[in-house]
Amino acid sequence: MVIESTVMLDLFLVTLACFSAGAVGALATARWTNLSRLVGHGGALAGAIAAFAFGVAGLAGGDMQLKVPDLLPLGGAAFGVDRVSAFFVVVIALGAIPSALYAIGYTREYAGKYSLAGMAFAFNVFVAAMILVPLVRNVLTFLVLWELMSLASYFLVITEHKREETLRAGWVYFVMTHAGFAALLMGFLLLARATGTMSFTEWGTAAAQLTPASRNLIFILFALGFGSKAGVVPLHVWLPRAHPAAPSHVSALMSGVMIKLGVYGMVRVAFDWLGAGPPWWGAMMLTVGAFSGVLGVLYALVDADLKRLLAYSSVENIGIIMLGLGAAMLFQSSNLPGLAALALVAGLYHTLNHAAFKSLLFMGAGAVLHATHTRNMEELGGLIKRMPQTAIFFLVGSLAIAALPPFNGFLSEWLTFQSLLLSFQISAHTVNLIFALGVAALALTSGLAAACFVKAFGITFLALPRSETAALAREVAWTMRAAMALLALACVVLGVAPSLVLAPLEATVFDLMGGHADMQFDFTAVVAKDGFGWVAPLWIALGFVAFLVAIPLALRLIGVNHRRRYYETWGCGRALQTARFEYTAMAFANPFKRVFALLYRPVKELDIEFHPESRYFVRTIGYYNEGRLIFEDALYKPLLRLIQALAREARVLQSGNVHGYLVYILVALVALLILTV
Amino acid sequence: MLTEITIEFLQLLIVMFGSPLLVGVIRKVKARLQGRRGASIFQPYADIRKLLAKEVVVSENTSWIFHFTPYLLATTMLFSALIVPVLTTRAPLGFMGNIIALMYLFLLGTFFLALAGLDAGSAFGGMGSSREVAIAALAEPTVLIAIFGIALRAGTTSLDGIITRSVADPLLMLNAGHLLAFFAFFIVALAENGRLPVDNPATHLELTMIHEAMILEYSGRLLALVEWAAGMKLFLFLTLLSNLFFPWGIALTNTPITIFTAFVALAVKLLLFGAAIALVETSVAKLRLFRVPELLAGSFTVALLAVVTAFFIR
Repeated sequence: MVIESTVMLDLFLVTLACFSAGAVGALATARWTNLSRLVGHGGALAGAIAAFAFGVAGLAGGDMQLKVPDLLPLGGAAFGVDRVSAFFVVVIALGAIPSALYAIGYTREYAGKYSLAGMAFAFNVFVAAMILVPLVRNVLTFLVLWELMSLASYFLVITEHKREETLRAGWVYFVMTHAGFAALLMGFLLLARATGTMSFTEWGTAAAQLTPASRNLIFILFALGFGSKAGVVPLHVWLPRAHPAAPSHVSALMSGVMIKLGVYGMVRVAFDWLGAGPPWWGAMMLTVGAFSGVLGVLYALVDADLKRLLAYSSVENIGIIMLGLGAAMLFQSSNLPGLAALALVAGLYHTLNHAAFKSLLFMGAGAVLHATHTRNMEELGGLIKRMPQTAIFFLVGSLAIAALPPFNGFLSEWLTFQSLLLSFQISAHTVNLIFALGVAALALTSGLAAACFVKAFGITFLALPRSETAALAREVAWTMRAAMALLALACVVLGVAPSLVLAPLEATVFDLMGGHADMQFDFTAVVAKDGFGWVAPLWIALGFVAFLVAIPLALRLIGVNHRRRYYETWGCGRALQTARFEYTAMAFANPFKRVFALLYRPVKELDIEFHPESRYFVRTIGYYNEGRLIFEDALYKPLLRLIQALAREARVLQSGNVHGYLVYILVALVALLILTV
Repeated sequence: MLTEITIEFLQLLIVMFGSPLLVGVIRKVKARLQGRRGASIFQPYADIRKLLAKEVVVSENTSWIFHFTPYLLATTMLFSALIVPVLTTRAPLGFMGNIIALMYLFLLGTFFLALAGLDAGSAFGGMGSSREVAIAALAEPTVLIAIFGIALRAGTTSLDGIITRSVADPLLMLNAGHLLAFFAFFIVALAENGRLPVDNPATHLELTMIHEAMILEYSGRLLALVEWAAGMKLFLFLTLLSNLFFPWGIALTNTPITIFTAFVALAVKLLLFGAAIALVETSVAKLRLFRVPELLAGSFTVALLAVVTAFFIR
């Protein structure tokens, strides 16, 4: 299919116009909060739909080049589109459409407390910047939009600025995102200087002449910069703080979509800008992915804050994506282009899938928060009876993220497994072992993810409510439910109809790497590498439905007893059942706490206050079981101490004396002159 | 077309009606080993029939999850019966999933059963769920690494392909890596099916039970479905073990004679595996819950060895 570039350009401009209208409209109507909320998020919704159309057209082969020379110095603003860019635009739009719809209902609660116009404005800027980032084609435009995205999301994170912890979370995010920005800036400038051009499109050919040392340095800088945005371990510390603090529709976007731009950056670096590198690049990515996967889900498992659990689980899923990416890089450096393409298809498929189910889960958590005003799972429970629809949507998201068939997460994890298992075609023992550990890590991750989401759904939605607010919960507004329904539908469709995604993804990866993925697929089945493994998700789904209908029918047919009596839960003869008899989130995770004590370093404390008359009677019992965060303790605290010590030393320079500063300027000028000569 | 439908139907019937018999045989052998006479090997059929005739008593706190789970469990197991090569490597519906898809089907059942355990709001259910998912999660790396070990030698992850390959090359079965992979898979099969030394299927002691704690609230036809599904899961796991690692007798072409031979071979192999499980359960004590991860870590190491040997000896 050939799509006229004028159509693409029109769609692009419509997208931008919608977001601008949303942003300006929200501010212009700021005085009428309800109107401002509608106009702002309505604009974003329209813009996201246009962006979706743009992305789909781009995947179908549409082309667009747009240069605005005078908008920015150093080459102006340059935009373009290829399949990779278009794919990420689709991913972003998939998250942004429901998020904007959800926001219409969700932000109602903020009226009167926080500025709705400001929120809607920042939301439009945030989404528009995210959509533009993958379309950028030169350095300065990229940096400006990347920073715009970070700043807009920062302001959204600190929406609830009256809470102390929100501001702290925002601060951590602000620092981490700018540390990443600094790494990116250095990477971009080094690459631009070495190749002599600021334009992304020329880097692919020019980078071949770089010396290995500078290529390695640039790769590491990019990996740090994009890795911190993606939230890989150990650069993940901002993610479990910032994502829960933001309003839920923004959390959904940040966790589901924004961190994927880190993935986008890595894909560009590894397969486009720098080209195939030495094997250790891929090995490093694979190892980082394995660690992110396992550690992310382990932290998610023990967290009782529903939104923080989801944020940690994003670290896990980025790990799974990085496993695919790392495998692709290793295959590429081992001259197996077909398998490299397969691994990259798996990674990108998981990128899309994660956008769908993580956004869905955050919106579900947001609905729970909206209805109960708490994120603490120890105060929830029984919501399946009070919010039945939200419960179903959350369950679909949980099944998808636990990679269970026939939902979408299953298919991308299955493909990742296939590509990792096919690594035996490489004949280098070290690489083989790294892959074997990657397989083990992915298996452990997926098992733990299933456990984690049994906990997340089971403790939050099942059994009896653990607090008054949970008992009084009511189903949320229809806009929020509609947004969740859209995403739940996406989780099912992306799961049972893989060819919808695999066909364009195959083309995308072909454009990028010039090799066809080693797989065959049609509407029903996917086959990896000439029958190495196969799966037919549509048939699995149909088979399930058939049996689920047939079994009850068969039971009726053979005339089993269908009477049903309701009675209280059996409890060893105790007189009544209250929610205090239920297993808690903490108790549920306790086996894992014990098995992985090395990681959690739990500190247990038991405070018992005895009755003064006799020690056989107890007045109060307090039990504390706090885990410590070893990355914060072992990595960031020493780093912070070092920076603070350096800053104290540097205080000597700040004399406050004007003459002193003039001397500094002179010294700096002379030094620069010497450097340039 | 007709043969294909017949074969799938046969596989389904064998798993449906063979599984209670397998459970009965294991119980019988166990009883004899312990010096008891034991119930008839057909007792599980009688149990299911009795349960189907009873009314269901459900906790007031439960939701639709509790009612849905037994049906889903039976569905996943029956569906797996279509994919697993029970009698023949040419199961017509085998294209629906490879061994990895199969493992995820089992995980789906565990996921819902764990949710159902939480649904009634009793501490027992929660305890069982928490332990069950912990064991399932920790067993997962062993499963996949053992699969990796097999796939390395067979060059495929499709169930039929692995069997065809090892039938064509019988020396493969004597390979050290193959035996290590088998050993790892056997331990996982014990853990996944709640057998000793991981879980005691015959216990109702509050503090030690895992699977039984999760299904404590079930009764009547729902309990019948859960028990039946658990039997089918054991049946499928043992079938996998016997056909993947000892593929003697399995039908490579679909003629009445080969299918019949396959049926007899399967019966013999399952009998031997059932006896082996009974022997294990009689001779070892249940591990303390927090020693189970050590067992699973041990089986993981064995599986990893299976993979490593494959790289160095090829």
